[in-house]
Formats: sequence, C-alpha cells, structure tokens
Amino acid sequence: MAVATPGLFRRFARNRAALLGLIILIAVIALALAAPTLYPRNPLRIVGPAELWPLQDPRFPLGTDSIGRNIAAIIAHGARATLLIGLFASLTATLIGVTIGATAAWFGGWVDELLMRLTEMFQVVPGLVFVLTIVSILGGTVQNITIAVGVVSWTGIARLTRAEFLTLRDREFVQACRAMGMPDWRIVLAEVLPNALPPVIVLSSLAVASAILFESAVSFLGLGDPQVASWGRLVGEGRTLIRSSWYISAVPGVAIMLMVLALNLIGDGLNDALNPKLRNR
Amino acid sequence: MLRLLRRRLLQGVPLILGVIIMNFLLIQAAPGSFLDVMSAESQVSDPAMLEQLRVTYGMDQPVWLQLLKYIWSVARLDFGFSYRQNMPVLAVIMASLPATLVLMLASLLIALLLGVTAGVVAAVKVNTIWDNLLSFLAVLFFAAPSFWLGIMLTVLFAVKLGWVPVGGMMSITASNQGVVATVLDVLHHLALPAMALGLFYAAVYARVMRAAMLEVLSLDFIRTARAKGLGRWRVVLAHGLRNALLPIVTLFGLQFGTVLGGSIVVETVFSWPGLGSVMLDSVSSRNYPVVLGVLVFSSVVVILVNIAVDLAYLRLDPRIRAR
Repeated sequence: MAVATPGLFRRFARNRAALLGLIILIAVIALALAAPTLYPRNPLRIVGPAELWPLQDPRFPLGTDSIGRNIAAIIAHGARATLLIGLFASLTATLIGVTIGATAAWFGGWVDELLMRLTEMFQVVPGLVFVLTIVSILGGTVQNITIAVGVVSWTGIARLTRAEFLTLRDREFVQACRAMGMPDWRIVLAEVLPNALPPVIVLSSLAVASAILFESAVSFLGLGDPQVASWGRLVGEGRTLIRSSWYISAVPGVAIMLMVLALNLIGDGLNDALNPKLRNR
Repeated sequence: MLRLLRRRLLQGVPLILGVIIMNFLLIQAAPGSFLDVMSAESQVSDPAMLEQLRVTYGMDQPVWLQLLKYIWSVARLDFGFSYRQNMPVLAVIMASLPATLVLMLASLLIALLLGVTAGVVAAVKVNTIWDNLLSFLAVLFFAAPSFWLGIMLTVLFAVKLGWVPVGGMMSITASNQGVVATVLDVLHHLALPAMALGLFYAAVYARVMRAAMLEVLSLDFIRTARAKGLGRWRVVLAHGLRNALLPIVTLFGLQFGTVLGGSIVVETVFSWPGLGSVMLDSVSSRNYPVVLGVLVFSSVVVILVNIAVDLAYLRLDPRIRAR
C-alpha cells in the first residue's frame, strides 16, 4: 500500500512543526490514558475551595472552578471525550465521504449527478446550525455529538475522493485488472482506493481538528452531556466569572487551542509526506 | 451573464427543495414536539385542548401532507408561526437578521483586511522573520475557538482596560442620541465580537493569500512588469494582488455558511441580539418551526451568496468569460 512506504515518517519528521504537533498529540493521548489513574474519582465532584487560582495550592495545579472542582482533573478527563469525539466523528465523515465520492465517480451518470446534488445539499446548510439541530433532537450524548459532527463534515472528503477516483478510474492498471476479469468491488477496494487515499487521509486528519472545534462549541453552548467532563463546557461555565477568575475559561481554551493546533500541524506534515509533489506549494 | 444567472438560479431550486425535505424529515424524527414544551410551559393538560392544538398546527395529518404544505408555504415565503415570540417565523428571522449581518460583514471585513495584508507581506518577505511571525500568528488564530477568543478579548479589552463594553449591541441611552452617535455606539460594541469571529478567517485568508501570492509572483508577467522598471510594490499590488485575490473570492462564498454558524456562538458570548441568539433559544425550547425556518433560510442565503460569487468571478477573471 502506498501509505506505508518506509520513508514516510522521515519525510513527515522533516517538517519540524509537524513533529511538534505529533509530540503535543502524544502528550494529550497520554494524559487521556492516564486520567483514570491520576484522578480515579469523578472529575466533576467538588474537592476544595472555589476559585483557587492555578499554582496557589499544589493539590490543584490548574486551580479550582466556580464551585471548587479540580480543573486539572476536568482537563485530563476532558481529553478523553475530546479525542474520542474528534477521532470517531472524523472516521464517520471519512466513511460516508469515501463511500459517496467513490460510488459517484465509479458509476458516473445519474448516480454521480444524484450523489453530487446530495453533497451540495449538505454543503449549503451551515454546519454548526445543523449540528445544533441534530443534537437538540437526538440529545447531547457523546455518541450523538459524534454522529452529528460526522454528518456535517463529509462533503469535502466526498468531493476529493470523487476527484481522485475520476483520475484513477481509467488508468492502465485498472484496465489491466478489468482484463484479468477482476470483479468491480475488488478493483475498487484493493486497487483504486489505496491509491486515492493519501490526500483523503490529510483531509481526515484536518477533520479531527474541526470536529473538536464543533464539539467544544456544542458543549460551550451547554448542549453537551452535563455528566461528561468537557473542555468546551468548562470555558462556558467560567464565562460568568471573568471579572474575578478568568483563568477558569482560559485554561480549557488553551487546551482546545493546543489540540487543534497540533492536529493542523500534523495535517500539514502528512500532506508533505504523502503528497510530495505538492510540497513546494 | 444573465443566462448564467438564470441557469444557476434554476439549479438552486431543487437544491433548496432537497434542503427543505431533509430538514423537515429530520425534525419529524424528534421525539417530543414543540407542543409538549408549550403545554408544559403554559401548563395545559386538557386532552381536548391538546388535540385542538394538534389540529391547529396540522400535526394530525400524515407526514407527507405536512411536508407538501410546508414546501408550498415556504414558496410563498411563509415559514410558519412561532408561538414563543407570537409572530410569524419569517418576522422573527427578519427582526434579528440585521444584527447578525452587521456582525458577519464586520468580521469578514476585518478578516479580509488583516488576512490579505498579512498574506501579501508574508509572501513578499518570504522566509524572513516577518513571514515566520505572521505565519505563526495565522496558525495560532486558526486553532483558537472563536468563543474562547471572544472571552479572552473581553477580559483584556473590556474588563482590564475598559476600552469597550462587555456585551450588547448598543447602550441603553443610545435611543435618544443622533444617528451618528448611535452608529458610533454600535461600532464601539461591535469591535470585540467582530474580532473574535473575524480573526479565524483572517488566519485562513492569510494562509491562502500567502500561497497564492507566492505562486503569482513567480509567473512570467511579474518578471516582465519588473523588467519594465515598475516599482516593487506597484508590481506586487497592481499585478500580483489582483491575480492572487481570486481564491479569496471563492473562499468567501464557501465560508459564508460557516461564518453564519460561527456568529451563533460569538453572539452568545457578547449577548449580541442576532439570529444566533434566536437559534439557540429555539433549539433549547424545541421551537422547531423557527429551527426549521433558520435552517432553510440560511441555506437559501448561502446558495444566493455562491451564485453572487460566481457572477463576481465572471467580472474578475476574463479567462472565464472567454469560454
């Protein structure tokens, strides 16, 4: 498979910013994995005095919030929700997008026409408005937010997959497969798809970043699951106290920003590594 | 040009129809109807009364009939009735639309000014400290959630420095001032929300602009212009910028919908009385006629903006006209 070439990591690591992004991502994953060990009890329980500033008390390195919950614990547990929603929303979007894009390009004709009109339909509905509607209808659980974000994020991936498939569909190696009598589904899955994937992977990695921004906005607006620790929700909860304790909003916001920053940098690095022809653009 | 306009408008019709059907069915899938919330809020429990309300809102009819009726009324610009504001949905949207449009346009203006300038400077001074600094800022603002940026800007400029108000669209005393004073008052309130929403797009434009400028500046006609003896900035601005602006115009159309979504969140942060506040209120109170109305209305706006962008392209790029 084209994706697994040995020099991939070396090419990726040549982009220093991408390497920094990868380090941040690994750190956040480590934090998410360590969360149950570091803070084994419910992160949303009250553990100390309210509105303690960061570094004021060694027990609460990031301070406490408006009702005395440990911000560090919320950040650590929030990392889990953030990563899970980002990853699975992007996977959902990729799955829908690749299926629709590949089907449209492979069959062409009225199938292509129909699926592209469908894609346009999803493109003109403002994403966040649509996500909020779905979440308000289905309820703000982690699964529902993931599905909602996935459902609004696939159009770019579908268009890209379609474009890649169109350039690959009539290449010689595909004709050779046809001549050998290979069934369509095998040509698509085993021959065309792996060649179409590299640019799609870049877009999927960027979709993780935008999914995290979507999730944080939903939680910030108070439509997420109140039982799950979330960075966006904490930003929203700290908003009423910006005069006395603005750090409550600031800390989780920095976490969101670092996470999105890291994923964007990784996306750029993947682009350099997977699409070497585009490197100098 | 007129033929293109007509063709694009005709293509827009099935698209809008699709959007209406999709969103209508989505909302039909909701477990509770707005009648539940409504009856709970006004404490109506009489079954006969509830049944009568169901008939009033046409909810006793089969879904397909409700859908046809809805499409027919949308075609006549009737988006239904909002019991919460006790006025037609379109009136609710129209009442809050100006505030949102002001916010969106101000943000896009900031984004264009900052983004294009930063992109041009970064491209002209490529691989210098300026380029690095601007690219770093772009990456940073590209990753910052707008609501958080809004809160941080408020902490700095409203709470600590006291330069601008914390929220709202105008001061309470604004109504008995002159027109000029009112406009200044709104601009004063607008500064922070427009920045919070605009800086993200400034970052996007800066990145795109830098790439487009680098590409254009390496082309032959730029070298010709330089060889003619034109000044450096004259070449950059008159020859380079004009050609590099095209991708920005495309982005503008594509992102109109996301700016609209972004304004929902930013409006909440700054208590800006726009469409976002209405949408959020309707979503949390299951006021689905308004939710559906905002979805359909904003989709129509996005379609129209994209048609306008296509037409603008026709004027900006002679190569397209020739085809």
